[in-house]
Amino acid sequence: MEEFVDVSLRLLEGFSSSVIIFVFTLIFAIPLGLLIAFCSMSKFAPLRIVSRTIVWVLRGTPLMLQIFVIFYLPGLLKLFVWPAMNTGWAWFDKTISTRLIAALVAFSINYAAYFSEIFRGGIEGIPKGQMEAGEVLGMTKPQIFFKVILMQVVKRIIPPMSNEIITLIKDTSLANVISVLELIFWAQTFMLEGLIWPLFYAGAFYLVFVGALTLFFNWVEKKLSYYKV
Amino acid sequence: MAFLEVKEIYKSFGKTDVLRGISFSLEEGQVLSIIGSSGNGKTTLLRCLNYLEFADSGTVTLNGKLISDGKVLKSLKESQIRENRLHFGLVFQSFNLFPQYTALQNVNLALSLMEKERAKKGVEPLYDEPSIEVAKKLLIKVGLEDKMDLYPCQLSGGQCQRVAIARAMALKPSVLCFDEPTSALDPELTGEVLRVIKELKESEGITMIIVTHEMSFAKNVSDKVLFMVDGIVEEMGAPVEVFDNPKSDKLKAFLQGINEK
Repeated sequence: MEEFVDVSLRLLEGFSSSVIIFVFTLIFAIPLGLLIAFCSMSKFAPLRIVSRTIVWVLRGTPLMLQIFVIFYLPGLLKLFVWPAMNTGWAWFDKTISTRLIAALVAFSINYAAYFSEIFRGGIEGIPKGQMEAGEVLGMTKPQIFFKVILMQVVKRIIPPMSNEIITLIKDTSLANVISVLELIFWAQTFMLEGLIWPLFYAGAFYLVFVGALTLFFNWVEKKLSYYKV
Repeated sequence: MAFLEVKEIYKSFGKTDVLRGISFSLEEGQVLSIIGSSGNGKTTLLRCLNYLEFADSGTVTLNGKLISDGKVLKSLKESQIRENRLHFGLVFQSFNLFPQYTALQNVNLALSLMEKERAKKGVEPLYDEPSIEVAKKLLIKVGLEDKMDLYPCQLSGGQCQRVAIARAMALKPSVLCFDEPTSALDPELTGEVLRVIKELKESEGITMIIVTHEMSFAKNVSDKVLFMVDGIVEEMGAPVEVFDNPKSDKLKAFLQGINEK
């Protein structure tokens, strides 16, 4: 019993780190993704090309690699290339918080790339007539976007967004590679001590969380079912 | 000078010349019907009047005021275009109602934003009463008093188009344009929309330009009919002349083709 309580507390502590990465990634990646989406749709070709190239790189390389690069690259550069470089705060200091921040940065930009493509698809999928109807009614471009287009985009992107968001909570386990003390880290610790069941216990945490997310998105979809786009 | 003077409108998309010098004039309160086969530039003409496309050259004068000159169009600021396009309203073939709003909200949205903006700028409002009351009255006018709180997906095509007409009227355009307003409707629903348009002419005296394939309606409601072929005005005149006494061979062939259907 004591063992169960001990494992529970540790896993819960790990899961709280996972949830922190999950929540803050969403907070940063959604606005950033929207910004990238607009850049990818820009009429100004250089901006569009740069933006789409960034998306290509971020979606085209493993998230684990991106986590490594963000966490280690500044320190490596200082060590081998440019000793005088001021890395701002010490990237090589091994405290938990810098690891968590590095993971957050990597997750945010990686997910922003995926979100941007969902947003772009959602916006471009709105019939041109909606925009034109707003225009002939004398609405300004921002008015048309916020009052007419946005809610239609929201409705369209809920299924692909719920997919990505469900993937995100499971992807937080990748932060393990730079020793962020998240859920899998602790399950692994117990495993190395010879306890197998905490692995399945950890799986249950994800399952319950994803179950709650699924119910939430079903509820949102139902809430928005009063109109068709 | 007539109320609306459209002179020598040219518009091409790449190498395709869609409008090749369209000119016509219209008096206040008159209705102009534009007929002709699909792909002859009728819709493009309406889109040019509403600034959804920019004419390459040509002028539009309304009430003696030059509101569109093809030569300077592209250099106009967006705010100037917004102001100019409000002289015209447009009812689309596919309604283009905003799906997430009720009928009433669809009519009220742009008007309430406009009134807010006018109040901010210190310009007198379009209406003395609140915009929501105006929207209700407009919906009553098009016969939808019991459908105000329904969403577009709950309305029939004919009802949607009537909401779209009320929505376009809300901003008090000087000229209301209709782009094939009944083409997307089931045959049994066209009547209610055409009736509303006819009532608008009779009770409100609104100046209208209607692109339509409904010949009996065009004959019945218009003061002037314009037959367009390949981006030019092939024949124009009073409906009696155009329909009963066509002069051009192309118009004769067009009318005959329709009668045979």
